[in-house]
Parts: sequence; structure tokens; C-alpha cells
Amino acid sequence: MDETLEKIKQDIDSNKIILFMKGNRLMPQCGFSARVVHILDELKIDYETRDVLSDELLREKIKEFSNWPTLPQLYVNKEFIGGCDIVSELYKTGELKKIIGC
Amino acid sequence: MELKNELKRCIEMAVSNSDVSILDPREDGMHLEAVVVSDVFENMSLIQRHRLVMDAIKQYFNKELHALSLKTFTKSQFEESING
Repeated sequence: MDETLEKIKQDIDSNKIILFMKGNRLMPQCGFSARVVHILDELKIDYETRDVLSDELLREKIKEFSNWPTLPQLYVNKEFIGGCDIVSELYKTGELKKIIGC
Repeated sequence: MELKNELKRCIEMAVSNSDVSILDPREDGMHLEAVVVSDVFENMSLIQRHRLVMDAIKQYFNKELHALSLKTFTKSQFEESING
């Protein structure tokens, strides 16, 4: 397997909640990433982030890995949850809390 | 204008019996919004619905399309959303 894909898989396997995003928690570089960070912060949970803007390979390969063309991308318990629209909707309906288990 | 029509056509092909509206709320031609209404979505999870639509148009990302905000409804969900 490709080295970057392998690294992505490891990151997802070893972190319960991981967000691939533009920028970081403190300084999201795109409105969609900022919205997902805001939601996760609201839930007061621990989560990891990876900044695709500082790693061009990661930015390309995460789309391939998830078979999903846009960022941000949220993974919980090794499962792809979705991007900003899906996370927002799951948050609104309360389902996100259930998925995360908080 | 061209891109909006192409996206609409691709989504309509992928999602049978669908009503597709493509909006450009920022009027920049790059951050678009799609509203897709079809009974095919019945019994599909949110991620399954979004995957179906995103798969149909993924080739447009990285080129002219920067982001697509997506809303999916069954016909009865859509009626509920405009009446409620």
C-alpha cells in the first residue's frame, strides 16, 4: 500500500475521533472546516486533527482513501462519517452524540 | 452557468426520478449548493444519499468546483420542509 494511505489508515485506526481539515483547531482555514471544529468543540470531546494544507500528499490521498472529493472529513471509530453538511445535520438531530457516544 | 447545468445533468442521471436545483448563493460560481429531491432516498442513510450524489459529480471538484453544499430529501420530506 502507498505510504501516505498507510499513514492515513494508522491515524484513523489509532484515534477514536479524527478530523482531516484545512488548518487546525485554533485556526481553521476554511469555513466548512471551521463549522465542524465548532460542532466538535460544542460536544466537549477529545479529537485529533490533521491539516491537509500543510501536506499536499495527504490532501490528495485522503480523498482517495475515503472516496470523497471534498474536505473536511470526519472519522469516528474508524468509520467515515462525512463532511460539513452531514456532520451539521447529524449534530442537529442529536445523532452525532450517539455515534460518538457522549 | 455551464457548470451548474452540467452538475444538474450528472445528478439527474445518477439519482432516478430526481428534482435537482443548483444554487450559487455566493454568486462566485465555485461554492454551489444542490437540493436533490427523490424517492430513491427512501430508506437510505444520510451518508448513502450524499455518496450517491457526490460520486456522480466528483470529477468536477479540483477543477472549477470548490465546494458543494448538499441537501437531500424524499418527496414527502421536501414538502414537509417547505410547509413546516
